[in-house]
Amino acid sequence: MSNSLINISFKNAKKENRPALLTYTVAGDNTKKKSLEILKSISEYADICELGFPHNTPIADGGQIQTSAYRAIKNGIQINDVFSIVKSFKKTKKNKPIILMGYYNMIYQFNENKFIKKCKESKVDGLIVVDLPYPENKIFASKCKKKKINFIQLISPTTSKKRRNQIIKDSHDMIYYISMLSTTGGKLKVSPKKILQEYTKIKKQNKLKNIVIGFGITEKTIKSLKKADGLVVGSAICKEITNSIKKRQNTVTNVTNVVKRLKNKIK
Amino acid sequence: MKLKKKIALIDQHNKFGFWGGKFGGSFIPETLKKPVEDLTKKFQKLRKDKKFLKKRDFYFKNYVGSPTSFIKLEKLTDHLNGAQIWAKVVSEANGGAHKIYNATVHALICKSMGKKYIVGDTGAGYAGKMLSMAAKKFGLKCKIFMGAKDIKRQKPNCDAMRKNGAEIIPVYSGSQTLVDAVSECMRYWVSNCDNTHMCVGSTVGPNIFVKICGWSTAQISRELKIQIKDEFKKIPKKIKLINCVGGGSSAYGFWSNFIDYDKKQVELIGVEAGGPENSKLHAAPLSRNAKIGILHGAASYVCQNKDGQIEETESISAGLDYPGVSPIHCFLKDTRRARYTYATDEEALNAYKMVTHFENLNPSLEPSHAFAEAIKIAPKLNKETIIIVNSCGDAKKDRDIIKQKLGKY
Ligand SMILES: Cc1ncc(COP(=O)(O)O)c(C=O)c1O
Repeated sequence: MSNSLINISFKNAKKENRPALLTYTVAGDNTKKKSLEILKSISEYADICELGFPHNTPIADGGQIQTSAYRAIKNGIQINDVFSIVKSFKKTKKNKPIILMGYYNMIYQFNENKFIKKCKESKVDGLIVVDLPYPENKIFASKCKKKKINFIQLISPTTSKKRRNQIIKDSHDMIYYISMLSTTGGKLKVSPKKILQEYTKIKKQNKLKNIVIGFGITEKTIKSLKKADGLVVGSAICKEITNSIKKRQNTVTNVTNVVKRLKNKIK
Repeated sequence: MKLKKKIALIDQHNKFGFWGGKFGGSFIPETLKKPVEDLTKKFQKLRKDKKFLKKRDFYFKNYVGSPTSFIKLEKLTDHLNGAQIWAKVVSEANGGAHKIYNATVHALICKSMGKKYIVGDTGAGYAGKMLSMAAKKFGLKCKIFMGAKDIKRQKPNCDAMRKNGAEIIPVYSGSQTLVDAVSECMRYWVSNCDNTHMCVGSTVGPNIFVKICGWSTAQISRELKIQIKDEFKKIPKKIKLINCVGGGSSAYGFWSNFIDYDKKQVELIGVEAGGPENSKLHAAPLSRNAKIGILHGAASYVCQNKDGQIEETESISAGLDYPGVSPIHCFLKDTRRARYTYATDEEALNAYKMVTHFENLNPSLEPSHAFAEAIKIAPKLNKETIIIVNSCGDAKKDRDIIKQKLGKY
C-alpha cells in the first residue's frame, strides 16, 4: 500500500523535516455538524485525522475522551452518521487521510464485512480497533488490507520482543506506539528519552513502517518527541472542546488554535 | 455446539479463549496482553501445584469456612405443598457471600506473583468487601471500584470495606453501577498493571478471569455433591438447582460438578434480574434474548442497542444489575444444558418476604430472585422432586432497601 494517502502524508512531513501531526477527535462531539466543522478546520494543520466512533463503555480511554464520547452519544450520534461525516469531509479534503478509531463491538454489530465496505465507500483510509489485538485481529486485518484500508496495529511498553516483531511483520503502513502504561489522556509519566528508545527499537525492525507515538502528548510535551515519524494528540484536543463549551466560546476556532500551536512546536 | 463430559466447563474453550467457538475470548487493549498472558501462565501452573492447592483448601476450610450447610426448608416446603425445597446456605461463608472464594484465590495468586497491590470491582459490595478482607489477611493494598449509585444503596458493605482498610473509588460515569465500576477498574489496571493485580468480581471479563473465578466458586458444588450423597445416599432422580445470575459466578460454582448429569435428572435453572415490573429496563440478557456483543473483554449476550452501545440496566439487586453475563452461561444456554429465566423486583421482594416468614434464613435480594423461581415452580411438582436454591448472600447489606420497600427489616 505504498501509495496510500497515509504513506504519502508521512513522506510529505518528512520532506519538511518534521513528524506528521495526527489529531484525534470524536465524531459527533459535540454535534454531528460541529464535529465535521472542527475536522475540516483542523485538517489545515493536521497531516492525518483520526476520528473516533464513540462507544459508551470504552475500557481504554481516560476522562477527556470519555467525556467527548458520552457527549456525542447523548447528542444522538450513530455509526451511520460517523460514515456520513467522513464522506462529507472527503468531498472537500479528498487527500487528507482519515483513520477511524473505536471499539470492536460497534464493528461486530455492524458486521465486519459491511463495516469495511462502508469504510471503503466513505473513503476511510485506516482503522484502529482498540480492543482487537494481535493475533485475534489477523482475519479482520487481512480483510482490511484486501480493500486497501490500513489496519493499524498497536504496540505498548508491555509488548514482548517476540510479539513486537510479529506485530511489525503483520502491520500495514503505520504502527501506533503507546508511550506508557496508561489510558488515553494520562500525564506523560515516562521520560521522552525512554519513549524514543522504545520507539527506535520498533523503527529499527523495519524502517519502511511509519511509527507514531501517542498517549500523553500535549502542547507541553510534543516537542520532546519530535524525532518520531508521527505524533498523535487526542485528549488535549477533546479537553479544549469541553472547555470551549463550558466557556460558551467557539469550539472550531479554539480547537483549531490548539492544533495550529501543536504544529508550530514540531516545525 | 456441544458440551464435553469429564472436562471442567471452564476449560472447554478453544485456543483463542472462546466457548462454543463464539463466547468469551480476550478483547483487550495491547497493554493488557502481557499481564493477561502472565496471569494465564501463572494460573495454569498454580492449579497443578500441590502446595498451592493445599493452601487453597486450607484457607477455604479455616478462613472461608467450609462446608457451608445444606438444609431442608421444611416450613416453606409444607406451605408450597409440592417439591421439597432445600437451600445451600453459602451466605454462611466468611463475609456473607460466595464472593469470598474468588477473592481469596485472587489474593493468593497476587501474593505468589509478588505483587503488593490488588484492585477489584463490585456491585452489591460483596466482591469488594471480600477482596478487602482477603487483602487485609494477606497484607495487600486494596482499591475497590464501585458505582456511586451502588455506594449509596449498599452502605453496610462499603463500611466493611473501609474498615478493612480498602480505598473505595466511586465511579460517576454512565449509570454509576457495576458496569461502570468494571470499566473503571480495567482502566486502572491498564495504567498500573506493572505492579498491580486485578480481580474481576464474577465469571466475566477476559477469558482468564472467567476461569479463575469459576475455578474458585466450584468449591460450592464440590461440597454440595458430598452433602447430597450424605443426605439421600445417592444423587436423587429429580433435582433442580436454582441460582440467581448476575455475572454468573455463584451459579457456575453451584452447578459445575453437576453439568455432566442428564438434565432430566439434574436441571440447572438460572434466574436473572427482570427489573421493576413497570419498567422496560432489566438486567436479563440470557432470558430476554439480548444479542451477542463484546463487553469488558469478552463476547456474551449483552443488553445493547443496534449500534452496539451498552444499554442501561435496572434492578433492585445491585449484584445482578449488569448488562452482560458470563460466556460460560451463554454456552450453557445455547447447548440447552441450563435454562434461564428472570424474576422481577417485585417477585424477588415477595420471595424474600415469604422465605423470611417461614424460615430462619435471610437471603439477600440476589438469591431472593432464585427463591422467586423456586416458589413459582414448587407447587406444580411432586414431593420426590428436590429443589435446591443457592442462598448465596446475606441480606444485611440490603437492610435499607428492604426497610423502604417492605416497611421493616
Ligand atoms: C449475594 C450475591 N449473589 C449474586 C451476585 C451476582 O453475581 P454472580 O452472578 O457472579 O454470582 C452477587 C454480586 O454481587 C452477590 O453479591
